[in-house]
Amino acid sequence: MATDLQTMPLDSQDVLGEINKYNFVTETHGIFKARKGLNEHIVSEISEMKREPAWMRDFRLNALKVFESKPMPRWGGAINIDFQDIYYYLKPTTHQGKTWDDVPQEIKETFDKLGIPEAEKKFLAGVKAQFESEVVYGSLSEDLAKKGVIFTDTDTAVREHGDLVREYIGTIIPPEDNKFAALNSAVWSGGSFIYVPKGVKIEFPLQAYFRINAERMGQFERTFIIVDEGAEVHYVEGCTAPMYSSESLHSAVVEIIVRRGARCRYTTIQNWANNIYNLVTKRAVAYGDSLMEWIDGNLGSRLTMKYPAVYMMEPGARGEILSIAFASKGQHQDAGAKVVHCAPHTKSRIISKSISKNGGRSSYRGLCKVQDGAVGSKSSVVCDALILDPRSRSDTYPYIEVEEQDVQVEHEASVSRIGEEQLFYLKSRGLTEAEASSMIVSGFIEPLVKELPMEYAVEMNRLIELQMEGSVG
Amino acid sequence: MTETLKISNLHVAVEGKPILSGVNLTIHRGEVHALMGPNGSGKSTLAGAIMGHPKLEITEGTIELDGRSILEWDTSERARAGVFMAFQRPMAIPGVKMADFLRHATTNVRYPSRKEGEQLIPMREFRKELREKMAQLRMDEEFARRYVNDGFSGGEMKRAEILQMAMLRPKFAVLDETDSGLDVDAVKLASQSIAEIGGAEMGILIITHHDRLLEHNVPDFTHVMLGGRIVETGGVELARELYTEGYDQVRARHPEDAAIEKEMTSIEKKVASGAA
Ligand SMILES: Nc1ncnc2c1ncn2[C@@H]1O[C@H](COP(=O)(O)OP(=O)(O)O)[C@@H](O)[C@H]1O
Ligand SMILES: [Mg+2]
Repeated sequence: MATDLQTMPLDSQDVLGEINKYNFVTETHGIFKARKGLNEHIVSEISEMKREPAWMRDFRLNALKVFESKPMPRWGGAINIDFQDIYYYLKPTTHQGKTWDDVPQEIKETFDKLGIPEAEKKFLAGVKAQFESEVVYGSLSEDLAKKGVIFTDTDTAVREHGDLVREYIGTIIPPEDNKFAALNSAVWSGGSFIYVPKGVKIEFPLQAYFRINAERMGQFERTFIIVDEGAEVHYVEGCTAPMYSSESLHSAVVEIIVRRGARCRYTTIQNWANNIYNLVTKRAVAYGDSLMEWIDGNLGSRLTMKYPAVYMMEPGARGEILSIAFASKGQHQDAGAKVVHCAPHTKSRIISKSISKNGGRSSYRGLCKVQDGAVGSKSSVVCDALILDPRSRSDTYPYIEVEEQDVQVEHEASVSRIGEEQLFYLKSRGLTEAEASSMIVSGFIEPLVKELPMEYAVEMNRLIELQMEGSVG
Repeated sequence: MTETLKISNLHVAVEGKPILSGVNLTIHRGEVHALMGPNGSGKSTLAGAIMGHPKLEITEGTIELDGRSILEWDTSERARAGVFMAFQRPMAIPGVKMADFLRHATTNVRYPSRKEGEQLIPMREFRKELREKMAQLRMDEEFARRYVNDGFSGGEMKRAEILQMAMLRPKFAVLDETDSGLDVDAVKLASQSIAEIGGAEMGILIITHHDRLLEHNVPDFTHVMLGGRIVETGGVELARELYTEGYDQVRARHPEDAAIEKEMTSIEKKVASGAA
């Protein structure tokens, strides 16, 4: 069995900022690869492979019909995907490891390189590592398992907690929501399923890491989180893929229920290669006095379209969305947030920061909706864009729908360019031009980065630095 | 041979408009020079030219550091070679903490051959030194955690500039109106600190309208700028004359330069009123 990790040489023309650490291909021998393309037969085959109950197969087949009937989104960026030229399912190994030693060597080495086992030792309460379509490793601290916490991959959840999954899947984001939610519903594989019982507060983060390795691969994880009354959880996901000349597709669906008085924080740090279409639907419903926070770091990808949402269903619910987008050459980040106030005295805050460089384009697209009767609700939206050079671009598309009088809705937007005077000032203190712009950028995102736990703040800063390093020329 | 910053026949233009026309000035390490002159006469432009501001075009003349022209050097290289300027209007860098910025700057200036991404001076060592310097300037420790010049009062900004100079220990420093915005006590402290930091080590060019900053930094030479040229050079007594009596006598002694000054500032006024 070949277990070599091959590091692809970087093209010297490649100034995309997607640097070595993530840009390697693992040679693997997947044990099952569905044929390229998408039709009822392939969808049934995926379901069979997974030995799913009939209800799940029917859910998939129905979603496929919805997918076929839906038009492409009319907003956002240009999507040039040939849906018949993608592998929808690739199973890399026979079973999921409970220790890293159970994981096939070459895949374990992949995650070693990405630093996952090390982080697990240091500061995580549980880990899921997904390689292509399947979760290949999973752990959860014993203590949490005893308290009734469920942290498993969604496939296992279908087998072991079928009733829960059947009751909730597609209730927050139905396949009809949008074309890519339908696609995910039809071909989903992997993802995390989390249940935090009443009153259980998980101190350390639970982390999932999603790795696409193969070319023309589609990754469609499906994540579901239920945080029961008064419980707390911080879930973190990281995503990477190596650079290929053809496109791959990542299209996840994340559904979250935050019950009365609970807190859920969902942090994403994605650093996709520049050929990935990243079209993700994420939505949470928050009940009385609960707090849902999305922290979303979008780096890399050809096109990202992602607008994490919070629906505030009962009085006192809060939603916070902090997002950072970094668009470099050949990249379009169409990212933003949605907050929907369905009940009185609900509160939301959106802070979005985008950086465009080297011809990159970032758009903030956000919805703030206050429904009739949601009296006393408050929403504040701040989006700041920083443009590093004249070739780059930034746009803001705020949608504000307020059906109630007695509310407070604020929206602020700013666009700035790195100023010559700022650069001169920093350079007069011995910083090079590149160091100076890096410093200005890290200062720009600092208000967001400081909300992250230390380890992720360090990671985020490092990723931004990598992006900045590619900036010459 | 003592180290020298030598400016010869310097002509500088901004967007095609000539501002400096033939400035000569030689500063040796260990000397204090005062540069005075009415607003708009070109003092900040000279400071900017020394530091290599990208908007300033050197149309004639040279600036040399120890006999080598620095005109082709990038601003960052000049800083690493020991040239410093305290800005009349320092820039805010939101989100960047003073301490982080200074640690980076200090490392680069002390180790001029450092490449991007290489190690910074150890945190502990740096903190200790920063704390000492801040105590010397009677700055609160909290200052190090604030974002560079972001929301600083005029006085805080100027003190931050002096702190930077203290950390970077330049060979040559241009202080551009570092006393403006400071109250009487603060200027006194600034004057003292500059003397302590500078001592015999630095060559200093102090741009000012007042005498207080000069109290502990008695100028060896005083220069008067008018209409883009240095029209007179004297000792400490010239500085005294200027801050007590203003610039009218200088104008009277140099009618041609005064005429140029008038022209420069009237264009400026026209532009200003046109924009309003
Ligand atoms: N960036 C600039 N763009 C256009 N004009 C400038 C610029 N900087 C300085 N000037 C002009 O140069 C002249 C000298 O300005 P300055 O050097 O700031 O004088 P001082 O510092 O002696 O008050 C003024 O007429 C000013 O309007
Ligand atoms: Mg000035």
